[in-house]
Amino acid sequence: MAPPSSRQAGFSRRAQLNLFTSYIIAGIGALIGAILLILSFFQPTLLGTVRGAARDTTTPAQEVTAEVRAGSQSLIETIGGYYRAGSQNARLKREMELARIRLREAEAIKGENARLKGLMGLMESDVTPVATTRMIGASASSSRRFGYIGAGRVDGVKVGMPVRSARGVVGRVLETGATNARILLLTDRESVLPVRRVKGDVVAFARGRGDGLLEVRLINLGLNPLEVGDMFVTSGAGGIFHPNIAVAIVEKTTDDGALARLTSDPAATDFVVVQPIFEPGAFQAVSGGAEASLNDAETDLNDAEASLEGVEGEQNDVDAN
Amino acid sequence: MERLNPKSRSDPYGSRLNRNQSAFAATIVPWVSILFASALPQFVVITALPIIPPLGYMMLLAWRLARPGLLPLWAGFPLGLFDDLVSGQPFGFAIFVWSLTMLFLEIVDTRFPWRNFIQDWFTAGLMIVLYILIGVTLSGASLSREMFVATGPQIVLSIFLFPIIARLVARLDRLRLRRWRTVG
Repeated sequence: MAPPSSRQAGFSRRAQLNLFTSYIIAGIGALIGAILLILSFFQPTLLGTVRGAARDTTTPAQEVTAEVRAGSQSLIETIGGYYRAGSQNARLKREMELARIRLREAEAIKGENARLKGLMGLMESDVTPVATTRMIGASASSSRRFGYIGAGRVDGVKVGMPVRSARGVVGRVLETGATNARILLLTDRESVLPVRRVKGDVVAFARGRGDGLLEVRLINLGLNPLEVGDMFVTSGAGGIFHPNIAVAIVEKTTDDGALARLTSDPAATDFVVVQPIFEPGAFQAVSGGAEASLNDAETDLNDAEASLEGVEGEQNDVDAN
Repeated sequence: MERLNPKSRSDPYGSRLNRNQSAFAATIVPWVSILFASALPQFVVITALPIIPPLGYMMLLAWRLARPGLLPLWAGFPLGLFDDLVSGQPFGFAIFVWSLTMLFLEIVDTRFPWRNFIQDWFTAGLMIVLYILIGVTLSGASLSREMFVATGPQIVLSIFLFPIIARLVARLDRLRLRRWRTVG
């Protein structure tokens, strides 16, 4: 379609000026956008409060759609279930037999664990959740992976708090509005989580890859001990996440680690729990003064080396004697 | 008495008897529809990887290509501002890119005054691909090859969704220019 003639200003001075001004305003708009973009690279939380307030207005509507979404998902699963009822029934019976055996074994191990913990004088305390809420949405069209939950400042949710579902870790709180919070999902490229393999003490970092998988990097390099199907849980290092929450299952091993799939896929997540920060002191040391704590760590290291040298010296003395 | 042609007193937007187009509807419909499309992706689905097309941006393109001059040149600024609030991209991204898009489409308009839908689709497809790829690059995350690979399904879906959005915009345009019953 040809542009309407009003786009050509003609001889009208007023129309010419109008057109010229709109070009100028559009140019200034782009410029302001570029400046804001650069600012938000250096200060990502900039305008977080405005964003939170804007999201507060859509939260009630999103809670309704979240309910519908969860409902329709279970409906589809129910219909799908009828198709595979017979074979599934037989398979489930076989699995049930195995599970019973495993359960007995687990009970034995549990008893042993309780005895050992009693010996060590360890206390296990249950974590009281800050808030229980629904996952109400996600940034589905942006390449950043953010989720939104229906609890905010009013419910006591604070920045940094871990969010988990019944199936495992979902992410951590990045920004809070009054009645909603933005969380960084584990699959986001900027999300790094210290993890531990369930069997054996293999510690690693799980980092989002941006395509729905996690990249597991081992801390101790050497022969890669990981196998497909290995389960990773949080290690509690870093002080944000409580230890022993399920994170991911290895899908493919690589040279220096593995690719893992989340146990709690955000698409299948309905209700989530916001937990308090595991070790608030450690978290503040990391987030508040990263440099200060780094310096502390260095002095600690120097002290340790000095004392190590001292020990070596003593050892030499002993050897000499 | 029978009329020879029952449509003789109406135009495509309804009967002209006691009915008039509303200036309010004619202005507000494109703005509201773009804002709505911007906010929509966060309602639909929660995914581990980006899959929903950038609906707000596609709506803007469809309106701009179907009705040049309806949205002012500076429309990218306020509409982008709203999109930034809800999209999850770093703040300022949509303001910047949407403003540039409006300026760029102005150049396309001057260069190719006569276009058909296929050409418009090509223009929009090109802009959407660029928008998504620039979006990944300027997402504020440290980049990996997989992030670009992961946008594949989203890009394909967006390109094939554009004709549907264009059709929707055509429907909304009829609503925009509809003749409403006036009293008195």
